[in-house]
Amino acid sequence: MKKSNLGLSPGDAEAVVKEAQQLLARQLDSSARRRFLRQGLTLGGVVMLTGCDLRETPDVDSVLNSFSRFNDRVQGWLFNPASLSPEYSADRIAKSFPFNAFYGEEDIPQVNGEQWRLEIAGLVSDKRSWSLPQLYNMQQVDQITRHICVEGWSAIGRWGGVRFADFLKLIGADTTAKYVSFKCADDYYTSIDMASALHPQTIMALSWDGRILPPEYGYPMKIRIPTKLGYKNPKHIQVIEVTNRYTGGYWEDEGYNWFGGS
Amino acid sequence: MDIHLDKKTACPAVIHPRWLRACHWINAAAIVLMTLSGWRIYNASPLFDFYFPSEITLGGWLGGALQWHFAAMWIFAANGVFYLTMNIVTGRFAKKFLPLTLRGLQQDAINVLKGKLAHADLRQYNNVQRAAYLFVMVDCLLLVLSGLVLWKSVQFGLLRELLGGYEAARFIHFYAMTALMGFVVVHLVMVALVPKTFIAMLRGR
Repeated sequence: MKKSNLGLSPGDAEAVVKEAQQLLARQLDSSARRRFLRQGLTLGGVVMLTGCDLRETPDVDSVLNSFSRFNDRVQGWLFNPASLSPEYSADRIAKSFPFNAFYGEEDIPQVNGEQWRLEIAGLVSDKRSWSLPQLYNMQQVDQITRHICVEGWSAIGRWGGVRFADFLKLIGADTTAKYVSFKCADDYYTSIDMASALHPQTIMALSWDGRILPPEYGYPMKIRIPTKLGYKNPKHIQVIEVTNRYTGGYWEDEGYNWFGGS
Repeated sequence: MDIHLDKKTACPAVIHPRWLRACHWINAAAIVLMTLSGWRIYNASPLFDFYFPSEITLGGWLGGALQWHFAAMWIFAANGVFYLTMNIVTGRFAKKFLPLTLRGLQQDAINVLKGKLAHADLRQYNNVQRAAYLFVMVDCLLLVLSGLVLWKSVQFGLLRELLGGYEAARFIHFYAMTALMGFVVVHLVMVALVPKTFIAMLRGR
């Protein structure tokens, strides 16, 4: 969606189709949605529906899924908690940081920060919910890191907030659990591996570029994980759950790789 | 007994051993899958002012293309490792691709342009062929290395810095793909001009 304000090139037409596809998809239930998204609303998709569509062959689909699960395991194995995402100087920060979501800017959720509570669920000893001032009062860290989108583009930005490992320790999370999953105010959801949750650069971001995190980047709080792709950096967090149950994710359930790490 | 004798007499005439032919066709398939899905991935965020027509891409959408790309990469890489290992272990590498001299390359290049280069013995590569095949091996290696940086830029930090960073790796990956496509076009034209090379890659003789 990055280039949607340029002239209507073939790529933009594609982006429009993609957006329409996503809007329509939201009206469908999850299995129909998956099928719909996979078949696509492209001309190519229509052409392929009439002929032999490799992707619709269950065998091919399951082989591709097995490879993706295998890639999850390889990435978990490759993940080194000591490997840090590079940090940059302030002059490298992107002039205009792209907005990106599965909806347009007009649908950015407007969260009321005073009423907002962060809910905690799952394998933790302290399940009390958190208010925004409580999080603001915790020790804050700052990072200037590269946000890499699954689409290929990347942009350097500055985020500040609470180190997630500190927070998990504070709430008495079972850090031997497999996953931490997130539910968001915009109905987005995703989940990550515990090792990535405990990575020193994984933070609960409360600020962006030195000011309160703006709505377009996930007010009041987003999970910033510079070792993972953009779709693994959920915004507008409402619920954090520590669990051994695989909960997938919005894009992951459509076919994006679950680990999604860089 | 007859079969045994046949085998014996046929042996010296074998141009490409079975393992090499298998490697070649697995590699060809992997490259087709990786390129077509790669074009779809490129379209999600183009580096230049053009898109690949979706009709000639693979995957249907970005997520599907990524699945193909990240599955075929294992076939491409495993096959490539096997190919290089076998080449070195059997001594084929030194025999087929070396020596490669600048002088020989100049001589053979002139002969190519004059149309004088003979293909009587398909077991022997001339200097231009040697250079082309060595080039495509290095190019494929570059595709793998830049691909590793794009896939795991934090975990392969040293490699990322060697290639000039994440964004630079995107361009390297793209240019290496372009170079590979250039090789494929020339390769296919040459096969069309000397069709017996195609038969040899299928049957071994």
